[in-house]
Amino acid sequence: MRGGASSVKGDVAVLGAGMHPWGKWGRGFVTYGRIAARAALADAGIGWSEVRSVVGAQTVRGGYPGYVAGATFARALGWQGARVASVYAACASGAQAIDTARAQILAGLADVVLVVGADAAPKGFFAPAGGERADDPDWLRFRVLGATNPAYFGLYARRRMALYGDTPDDFALVKVKNAAAGALNEYARYRTPVTAEEVAASAMVADPLRLLDICATSDGAAALVLCSMEFARRRGVRDPVRIRAVSTVTPTFPRTVLDLPDIGTDSAVAVDPSPESFRASIARTAYEEAGAGPADLSLAEVYDLSTALELEWYEDIGLCGPGEGAKLLRSGATAPGGRIPVNASGGLASFGEAVPAQAIAQVCELTQQLRGRAGQRQVAGARVGITANQGLFGHGSAVIAVR
Amino acid sequence: MSRTRTPVVAGWFTDDAAEEDFRLLGTRCSGCRTVHFPREDGHCRNPGCPGGELEETPLSKRGTVWSCTDGRYRPPPPYVSDPGVPWTPYTLVAVELAAERMVVLGQAAPGVGVAALPVGSVVEVVPGVLDEDRETGTVHTTWHWRPVAADGDAS
Repeated sequence: MRGGASSVKGDVAVLGAGMHPWGKWGRGFVTYGRIAARAALADAGIGWSEVRSVVGAQTVRGGYPGYVAGATFARALGWQGARVASVYAACASGAQAIDTARAQILAGLADVVLVVGADAAPKGFFAPAGGERADDPDWLRFRVLGATNPAYFGLYARRRMALYGDTPDDFALVKVKNAAAGALNEYARYRTPVTAEEVAASAMVADPLRLLDICATSDGAAALVLCSMEFARRRGVRDPVRIRAVSTVTPTFPRTVLDLPDIGTDSAVAVDPSPESFRASIARTAYEEAGAGPADLSLAEVYDLSTALELEWYEDIGLCGPGEGAKLLRSGATAPGGRIPVNASGGLASFGEAVPAQAIAQVCELTQQLRGRAGQRQVAGARVGITANQGLFGHGSAVIAVR
Repeated sequence: MSRTRTPVVAGWFTDDAAEEDFRLLGTRCSGCRTVHFPREDGHCRNPGCPGGELEETPLSKRGTVWSCTDGRYRPPPPYVSDPGVPWTPYTLVAVELAAERMVVLGQAAPGVGVAALPVGSVVEVVPGVLDEDRETGTVHTTWHWRPVAADGDAS
């Protein structure tokens, strides 16, 4: 790939990263977001007044302030006249916020942009917005089928078992790996190592997935200060972490894998489906933009909404071939110290999902790893990292960062 | 009290049909033949479609299991269930329809567990009851997938 040490056209610098610890803290998303934003500003070593644009990843759980998250955070930090944007793309909201910031920087609209995502999640299953909305697929899947998010994860997991011979023991090993990593992360919600026996003894939720196979919903916040390479140089930051690619692609018709919140897939009667899955296209687009490939990676942060889904991501981001995810896991390649550590942060298994913050938190982890400041979680010599994630209603999300 | 049977969503399946005639109802584009379920009445979603009318079409009665799972915990509203009654898990099954080249989700018939629905096995769509409002006497009907016995009628 093009050298990490030198910048290329299209790079933007990560000047600062900040987070609020994940958990259930009983406070509002604005509080979490403000704390993460101030941590990112402090990490960047710049004042809030220098920020010329704020991009907020929206939350649908905070009422109107959540819909106008960018302005909400700007107000909480103190109005100072910066331009503002708010974006929503479900689990991919954070990547879209990063992409929006990047576009503004590359277009010369702003030198320094603050990106913030925060959520205060309810206990239990996510549920659709209220009211009788028979034209909303998200409402319909709950009303007609009671199909929760874990139900879809269960369908994918069983499909893997039938197609590839994956076992519940394979899935449990993902949790064991990620819980061990998360135990070392001060921002993780769950910091206790978990054994395979504990996964197997946890309650069945959506057969074959058990409680400890499925990520929780959490409060949390993450923020980034992004800037132009020129601004970083002026600040004397010679070798910043750079964002080299952001993929926010949508699927192509016909989409033949059942996805949240759909009750039916597209029909492939008229058009043959692409041989490449939507998830694989998310990563491929990022690789193409970065001029990199799976072989260049030092680490990956992928969206382990369930343990089985992490194995699917191994295949989708090109770490191994289709059906080889469990084998790769069992080889130890994706564990700390392995060839390509995945979810060195502890992943969603250790964090629980704080929807608009999560994709930003993935980039915060890449940033600390590429800076060599990840402490006990440090991936030795990390130079290139990828994040991958998918938001319901057809949102791709992948970021490649280099140093 | 007299009970009113109402489809949980109007127009998604044949109403008042005998079990053997029961079908899911989608729409088919007259321009490109693409089938949509849930029904799409506004526009064909095939970006290469030359344009056409969307016409109601019954979906295949039988398909094969793409995957299945179950709901061991009570889903949140708008799923209707009585919180005063202990939760009874039900099975969800994704079914591949060969003629339509698509996968459609649904609940399995009551009492059918994941063990009875191995991936690739044959199922058929049958009428079912989703919930019942005792106060208003309204029964919401739906579709269910049911395994087809190996020695069953091959029609």
